[in-house]
Amino acid sequence: MSRFSLGTHSLPSVSTLPKPVKIVLWISLALLAYALPLLEPPFISTPGVDFGGVLFVVTVYMLVALGLNIVVGYAGLLDLGYVGFYAVGAYTAAILTSFHANWPLLLALPFAVLASTLSGVLLGWPTLRVRGDYLAIVTLGFGEIIRLIAINTEWLGDSRGISNIGRPPSLELFEIPHLNWDTGVPLLDFNDTTTFIEFGVLDQIPYYWLGLTVVILVLIADKLIKDSRVGRAWEATREDEDAAELMGVPTFRFKLLAFATGAFIGGLAGALFASRQSFINPLNFLLLFSILFLAAVVVGGQGNRWGVLVGAFLVAYLPQRFREFDDFRVLVFGLALVLLATLRPEGLFPPRRTVRAKQLEQELDELEEGTDGEEKTHA
Amino acid sequence: MNFEFFFNNLPGLTITGLAFGAIYALIALGYTMVYGVLQLINFAHSEVFMYGTFAMLWAVMALGGAGASGVELVGILLASLAAAMVMSALIALFLERVAYRPLIKRNAPRLIALISAIGASFVLAELMGLRDRVAGWFGLDDDLAPYVDKARINNSIAGVVDAPRWDIAGVSVSSIDLLVIFSAVAMMVVVDQFVRRSKLGKGIRATAQDPETASMMGVNPTRTIQMTFLIGGLMAGVAAFLYMLKIETTKFDVGFLLGVKAFTAAVLGGIGNLRGALLGGLVLGVAENWGSALFGTEWRHVVAFVLLVVILLFRPTGLLGESLGKARA
Amino acid sequence: MPDARILEVDQLTLQFGGLTALDNVSFDIKEGEILGLIGPNGAGKTTCFNAITGVYKPTSGTIRFNGESLAGRKRFQITQSGIARTFQNIRLFPTMTALENVLVGADAQHTTGIVSALFRLPKHRREEIAGHDLAMELLRFMGLAKQADELAANLSYGDQRRLEIARAMATQPKLICLDEPAAGFNPQEKRVLMDLIRKVRDRGFTVLLIEHDMRLVMGVTDRIVVLEFGKKIAEGAPAEIRDNPAVIAAYLGVEEEDAS
Repeated sequence: MSRFSLGTHSLPSVSTLPKPVKIVLWISLALLAYALPLLEPPFISTPGVDFGGVLFVVTVYMLVALGLNIVVGYAGLLDLGYVGFYAVGAYTAAILTSFHANWPLLLALPFAVLASTLSGVLLGWPTLRVRGDYLAIVTLGFGEIIRLIAINTEWLGDSRGISNIGRPPSLELFEIPHLNWDTGVPLLDFNDTTTFIEFGVLDQIPYYWLGLTVVILVLIADKLIKDSRVGRAWEATREDEDAAELMGVPTFRFKLLAFATGAFIGGLAGALFASRQSFINPLNFLLLFSILFLAAVVVGGQGNRWGVLVGAFLVAYLPQRFREFDDFRVLVFGLALVLLATLRPEGLFPPRRTVRAKQLEQELDELEEGTDGEEKTHA
Repeated sequence: MNFEFFFNNLPGLTITGLAFGAIYALIALGYTMVYGVLQLINFAHSEVFMYGTFAMLWAVMALGGAGASGVELVGILLASLAAAMVMSALIALFLERVAYRPLIKRNAPRLIALISAIGASFVLAELMGLRDRVAGWFGLDDDLAPYVDKARINNSIAGVVDAPRWDIAGVSVSSIDLLVIFSAVAMMVVVDQFVRRSKLGKGIRATAQDPETASMMGVNPTRTIQMTFLIGGLMAGVAAFLYMLKIETTKFDVGFLLGVKAFTAAVLGGIGNLRGALLGGLVLGVAENWGSALFGTEWRHVVAFVLLVVILLFRPTGLLGESLGKARA
Repeated sequence: MPDARILEVDQLTLQFGGLTALDNVSFDIKEGEILGLIGPNGAGKTTCFNAITGVYKPTSGTIRFNGESLAGRKRFQITQSGIARTFQNIRLFPTMTALENVLVGADAQHTTGIVSALFRLPKHRREEIAGHDLAMELLRFMGLAKQADELAANLSYGDQRRLEIARAMATQPKLICLDEPAAGFNPQEKRVLMDLIRKVRDRGFTVLLIEHDMRLVMGVTDRIVVLEFGKKIAEGAPAEIRDNPAVIAAYLGVEEEDAS
């Protein structure tokens, strides 16, 4: 038996560095992220598919993963219908900017997010008193009901969908050249440029920048909320809801808040997605997306905001990088779910607390068995 | 709302609804028993059913069902029933061994078990939907062409079985529908009796109520769990056979919708309650058919989902209450 | 006021299906006292706790806390208004640190919500500092200051029991209910615990204590209420209870074992 451990003691801890150094590191990392599609790195770039577009999809999945992480990872609520919030955000943006009105996207966005948050509250209110696995099925039902309503309602474009969805406003300021690696050496290519900042059809990189910015903002918000009474209440509710309530935590309210926050982020992701796609139809909101979203969170490490970012990256990027893989992506991620559940349920990058708990468990096991790593049956 | 159509066709709609419901009930049995014993929603049970439909399909194809008639046809159909039951049972046992047993042994939290179930469901469905590619890897795609072709679209045995329609009291009824209803009820009675009277059946009920005491009384928990999955699988196989007789087509993703409906039926009747599975299935089948007539066929599936959400919110113990195991909060 | 009644249990009856767990139980708890609740197994002691803290709804009878009835109140509201508890089987939040566990308790009296947290408003900052100070102080009081950053699941059994008490105290209750806090302790640890309970009372809390260990109960409580089969069979000072024939009969044979 081998327990492959990405233990925290093998890497120098980021949190022990002095603050100015940390800030410089984060900023450098952010700059690198923004520059990534311009750099067109040879092995990471996706052949045949616009790299900027792929990175945008990655940011959308990252947003979804962060939102779902709050619901599943922090508060411990299994939501199989997250795609429903995503759909509400997308459809609201679509009908406000194209189908029934002609609002600019930036005006429609807050309403899209408001609509999805409201749907989160409406869904949560009756369902959050239902026990664990039933909650999963009810949320699954909700996601499907949303999709079926969309398919069958002409006002929502039914199966034909909605096109010409609004884009963020463009300002053609200057051109940024990409790097060209054809000669083996990176050279600036002034024939291959991105306009700052034009949200057009061909060049997806500005959309990626928008998505990345939103991801960074949500990451910061996530940290602020987690390190507070709200985050503690979510964790306590997840660990032992009855005990939490007896310790004065209004658990129902906080569960509803988790749903609403998750729905907020999900709707935002959906609206951005709709804008970039420019065209949506119910096929964009199938149950299998809820499963892919869940896979991103579970594979990455639920409860760890960085882990789920990695998970989102894998789920969104791999099928694009390896195109043949695309046909198999549901199969592969389904398999990943089963393997992780049976072998490593904490995910690739579990939160620090889980790592510490597991380390102690391992040490105790070894003490009790007297041998190294023999599997212990719990009573 | 199409009241006129509804009232004019009420008897016919009800019979067809009962037939669908009977199929849901047989599948629901698998959900309700596994949940009763393990408190686990076997999300992948829908694929247990789906594989059964393909086994039936392939058996009919392999044995030349298209050209047969009379006694020969009946023989082929019986063979396909056996094939469906065996295939479904095997998939169910495989699932238990691979996706669930490691988790049960570790007393894993429900969330993890559900995740494993969901993953397994998608893996099984996609394997069927990609069978042409998989066959290609082994170089068998030519030899197995009729079986692996058209992997992602409808596969049909239409026209193989030409079932007569009978006129009963002025209502045109399909003999297949009657067969489906009869068989399902008969099978449910058999299982119900088995669980009540046989030693294995009692073991199942004991494990459902109190696994530790049951094992101390000599009931082997692993075998009991296997038996639970086996029975659910066999019933899903029967459901698959009847489904193919009635609908005549199948597809790799047919499991999902049917699975959700069957699960709805199980909860509607009272999860863990075998008789509840039958009642829930029949009620759902009829409600769905009526709803489809009243609101339009495009809303058919919404009826099931709405009913599911409504029951879980307002009466999660179902019509007959939970029974196989104790109600766990 | 030394004789003010902080909790009044008035003809409390609790029935589950056909079983009567509590049958017309009445007693009061005076402010600042340590009241012991004892009785053989199955007498209804934890059930009584559960009724007081809102886990069970009484079939009949009332419970008044500081003069006001607790009927219809949600559990977290009961805690926020001043009743806290520990559990017979330890129920800490296992993957949260000791400090975080106590902070959750301290949060009972806070009102920071998502907006305050997100924008780091003064209320959030104020409550975080106050909560942190209270939590560390309580951890020091319990001798757990060094383990503040340890996961609750990784603490020793004794430390976990003490952490539970610290967490309950952090909710700033007026009445603190301890459910068998000495279970599994050796005599030395029990002596330390007795001392601790007295210190808790001296800080201004009223204590309701369920315990099986007679020596501990006799040694630390001011008054005792005895339950048997859901009924109250005796009430009074420890000396009276010790010589009460009904109590002795209820514990026949059990007293020797538990007096270790």
